[in-house]
Amino acid sequence: MSDIPASQKLDIIRMKGRPTVNDYIPLIFDDFFEMHGDRLYGDDGAVKGGIAYFKGTPVTVIAQVKGRNLDENKASNFGMPHPEGYRKALRLAKQAEKFHRPVICLIDTAGAFCGVEAEQRGQGEAIAKDIMEFMTLKTPIISIILGEGGSGGALALGVCDELAMLENAIYSVISPRGFASLLWKDASREREAADIMKITADDLMALKVCDSIIPEPTGGAHNDPESTAKAISEYIFSALQRKFQKGLDELLNERYNKFRAIGEFTE
Amino acid sequence: MLDDIFSVVRQRWGTSSPEQKDGKKPDIPKDLLFKCPRCGSVSFSEDFDKNGKVCPNCNYHSRLSARERLDITIDKDSLEEFDKDMLSKNPIGFPDYEAKQQALRAKTGLKDAVITGKAKIRGKDIVIIVMDSHFLMASMGSVVGEKITRAFEYATENKLPVIAFTASGGARMQEGIVSLMQMAKTSGAVARHNEAGLLYITVMTDPTTGGVTASFASLGDIIIAEPKVLIGFAGRRVIEGTIRQKLPDEFQSAEFMLENGFVDMIVERKKMRRTLAHLLALHEKGGLQNE
Repeated sequence: MSDIPASQKLDIIRMKGRPTVNDYIPLIFDDFFEMHGDRLYGDDGAVKGGIAYFKGTPVTVIAQVKGRNLDENKASNFGMPHPEGYRKALRLAKQAEKFHRPVICLIDTAGAFCGVEAEQRGQGEAIAKDIMEFMTLKTPIISIILGEGGSGGALALGVCDELAMLENAIYSVISPRGFASLLWKDASREREAADIMKITADDLMALKVCDSIIPEPTGGAHNDPESTAKAISEYIFSALQRKFQKGLDELLNERYNKFRAIGEFTE
Repeated sequence: MLDDIFSVVRQRWGTSSPEQKDGKKPDIPKDLLFKCPRCGSVSFSEDFDKNGKVCPNCNYHSRLSARERLDITIDKDSLEEFDKDMLSKNPIGFPDYEAKQQALRAKTGLKDAVITGKAKIRGKDIVIIVMDSHFLMASMGSVVGEKITRAFEYATENKLPVIAFTASGGARMQEGIVSLMQMAKTSGAVARHNEAGLLYITVMTDPTTGGVTASFASLGDIIIAEPKVLIGFAGRRVIEGTIRQKLPDEFQSAEFMLENGFVDMIVERKKMRRTLAHLLALHEKGGLQNE
């Protein structure tokens, strides 16, 4: 779809002015009511969740929040959730299941937060539970990566029936910086890492991780947030149409098999 | 490390200096001593091995190979191993990945980082999963993900409990996003085993970290840890880099996880088999709905 190398996509998605969920939610959904808290510990500003209408259908929205400025980033911890963010996501997903609402996940994170308190409150367990519960959640789940899909912190909202990526978005096992630092002991080789890691939407289509690519305006989403939001809406509409036609067993089996099929080995 | 070696050798043989008279360093076999990564104390490998590879000073439970683990855990000759010959391909075309795997296979005698199969503990049938940190730090690539998923699927189909000894550095970088997806794949298989009402016991061994902690390792009905082992999500150095200060030694230990509520019990290696047998027995009678 585009020949831009991963290293240049990094520049586009980090550009100041790239739309975030705070821009997209009002453009895509109507009457968004935000819900707070995981009912266990607290409320995490890195994960925004709530109920809204999507073209007249009630849906649950769960979104990772990258700030557009320093104040927003302080509130959202630069889009890096703590365990309570993942537990809020799970609570809202279970609520969606109860009321037969589809779940729309908007992914945009460098990764789950790495800190002392995140460990004390069980970051690993919180992500693991999301992954397991989303796998059998009895309602359609559509996930869209808007910018950065970083590691397990992104996957926690990425277990779904269909995964789409914006044209310039990336999805990776670790940030390119982390990759360079881990394998070459040199974080400055980030761009080189990005280009060999296979992290663009095209790469991930080929690896059958991503199911659809949502086009961005020339130069990137920041050049026209409205038209990007419209393209996202069109994708969500078509994905939900496809999922609403399926029985529950078929939906869940296809979700299981989507992930079941990934892996390359001989025997 | 070298100084530690010499100090122990001096104690044992009473040589006053590590330098021999002709100026050459003494010929000490590399595997003569064990230095504990938790407490730093040094002991003779012979004593350490006799102690079940547990540090005689601080009780840190050191890493075992998967074969060693099976030997002390399951009934003799009871293993029917699954998917013995499965090998990873190179899904993202990572430079030198095939050669690296081949070298490790020759060195460790393992095909990849996990052994799975059907086995017995004190006569009770189980499906067992044992990860081996000697192969690429038991990182989770295609083979690890597929074998674990199949083991759970077999257990679900045959109504068997699963016991998983986890150890892993996390995702396998060389397999990129395909590695990340193994977290979803394995957790999906755990979900189905769980929905079938079957028992899953995790035993976290050194080290259980990253994507394995954030998937099947944290999903056991019962989570056991060996004493003093490392358990966590993020790497210690990553966190130290974020907060710009050094973390206490006990951070991310089994004891830290117990205190914070993420581990049911810490069990010593010499009591593990007995404990697992008791827990299996406790789950044989399923209460009111038992058929």
